[in-house]
Amino acid sequence: MLIRYNKAINSALKEEMQKDPTVFIAGEDVANAGGSFGITRGLLDEFGPERVIDTPISESAIVGMAVGASSTGLRPVIEIMFMDFIAVCFDPIINQAAKMRYMSGGQMTLPLVIRTQSGAGVNAGPQHSQSLEALLFHIPGIKVVMPSNPYDAKGLLKASIRDNNPVVFIENKALYGMKGEVPEEDYTIPLGEAKIVKEGKDVTIVALGQMVNKAMAAAQTLENNGISPEIIDPRTISPLDTETIKQSVKKTGRLIIVHEAVKIGGVGAEIAAMVQEEVFDYLDAPIQRVAAPFTPVPYSKPLENYYLPNENDIIQAVNKICVGRQFSIAGHS
Amino acid sequence: MSQFSNDTLLSLYQTMVKIRGFEERVSSLFADGLIPGFLHLYIGQEAVASGICESLSKEDYITSTHRGHGHCIAKGADVKKMMAELFGKETGYCKGKGGSMHVVDVDLGILGANGIVGAGMPIAVGAGITAKTNNDGQVVIPFFGEGATGIGYFHEAVNMAAVLKLPIIFVCESNQYAEFTPRETHLPVKTIVERGAAYGIQSYLINGNDVLEVYQTMKTIINRTRNGEGPFLVECVTNRWSGHFEGDPQRYRPEGEIDEWKKNDPIKNFRSLLLSEYHIQESSLLSIEEAIRSELDDAEKFSRESPLPDELSTLEDVYA
Repeated sequence: MLIRYNKAINSALKEEMQKDPTVFIAGEDVANAGGSFGITRGLLDEFGPERVIDTPISESAIVGMAVGASSTGLRPVIEIMFMDFIAVCFDPIINQAAKMRYMSGGQMTLPLVIRTQSGAGVNAGPQHSQSLEALLFHIPGIKVVMPSNPYDAKGLLKASIRDNNPVVFIENKALYGMKGEVPEEDYTIPLGEAKIVKEGKDVTIVALGQMVNKAMAAAQTLENNGISPEIIDPRTISPLDTETIKQSVKKTGRLIIVHEAVKIGGVGAEIAAMVQEEVFDYLDAPIQRVAAPFTPVPYSKPLENYYLPNENDIIQAVNKICVGRQFSIAGHS
Repeated sequence: MSQFSNDTLLSLYQTMVKIRGFEERVSSLFADGLIPGFLHLYIGQEAVASGICESLSKEDYITSTHRGHGHCIAKGADVKKMMAELFGKETGYCKGKGGSMHVVDVDLGILGANGIVGAGMPIAVGAGITAKTNNDGQVVIPFFGEGATGIGYFHEAVNMAAVLKLPIIFVCESNQYAEFTPRETHLPVKTIVERGAAYGIQSYLINGNDVLEVYQTMKTIINRTRNGEGPFLVECVTNRWSGHFEGDPQRYRPEGEIDEWKKNDPIKNFRSLLLSEYHIQESSLLSIEEAIRSELDDAEKFSRESPLPDELSTLEDVYA
């Protein structure tokens, strides 16, 4: 079945709510309006106002509420409309949801999902375009998921709802319209399992979220130039499938990390550090990061285009560490 | 014939004495260096938690604060496991991972003391959604101080609970200080109940040092909440005798203020009342006091003798 990313998320919600009566949805505009991006459309009609709840504009209370509901037996799936708004609910995420299980010596179980959407590319300006996954990735006790396509979005969301931990599920607004093949039957994708999107032998490209698709576009050009990249989509950054990344680097000897968030202190920094700590001897060239400059996300088209990493940036980074660095275009002999 | 049964009267007395005894005991163990970290004591406020929790069952939920020992004891927490947690021992409620500010007993509906001021209130909203979904008459009580009405959590949680008509009673314990800052410095209103009006919920102001007033008023409000009339806001006026934390010399308090409040000791007052008005035999009170002393002796012995946690348990309980 060929469906869009937004529809894949909608059907994951619907199917999990049909399957498990403890699952409920709450957030701003999620019930009557069907969500500001239409993701929860139709759910109020099917499940009623007890399970699809419109809340006041109160991000802190929404997340705090999810902590209380999940620790008493329900499975809340709450929506934070824009990822930028997690900045107004850091306490319930960082000090409550992430730590309650630990602080209680394992007594509390918090099966909650915070759905949110991130990303630049639609001229939404500095407070509606950020990719803040690194802030959450840094916190023990929560899981962080970043689906890059409809198939993964559905399978990962179902796994997130069934998971017994707080999960932040980051959708990318630029991907809502993306079409992809999604099976009719029930399936989940385990959290913490990366996908090798494209096999290759010369350079490993680890890309997050919509950057997976940019990396795939770049791969075409690279292949034409005789360079064979292996592309890895971690799909969840916490827990991170370090094994798949290391295995790939052992094979290719080169690593590029691509993300839409700013480079400084980003997830790429952690991946680079991990790789050099654990498989340094396999590296043939310095690790490169392709990421946004250290600025807020600008509004105007040319500025936002400059800000967002693209295929050419990826190609350049690959060329920098492949071409002329003991690398024969003919192959890795 | 008294409107209160002897069982109720003695139960209220027992809870208050247990809280006071626990706090005095851990205060002295803290002074001896046996308990590390921060301790925020509940001495002076015992009538509030005791009077309220008397009408709760273990199916009801509470959320508590950094000053949470009293709430947890009143809700039925095991003082052995509480004290062991304060000692940082493996046998504590949280295996030594939480400490004084994070006592939790999920089976008793204690959804956590909390080190972040106000944070229990939205958690109570979530428990309120669970209670409403279960439809078994459960109620939820978030405890907080008047200082917590300065944080957004209070306003967001009360508003959300009101909009969703949840079975929650927001209980503000006005102990006259927000940490080191007196009420008049941080509150532009005379009472917290005035704030309830802004969210369209019924609010009550009561004497938090009179355990019978707390019990009686709250029993009615709790029953109304079980019948779906919630949420409510109740402000209990009381006072904190101890510092914000143990070791705080309270230089910010006017001379004589604490002594004045001590004249209005909720436990002493209630004890006299039991003897004079309710014709309770002093021997009954003495045997309650003795039983608690011995329970606390056991708790102390248990805490002293329990092992410290294995260092590798640091890595456990991060994820389910």
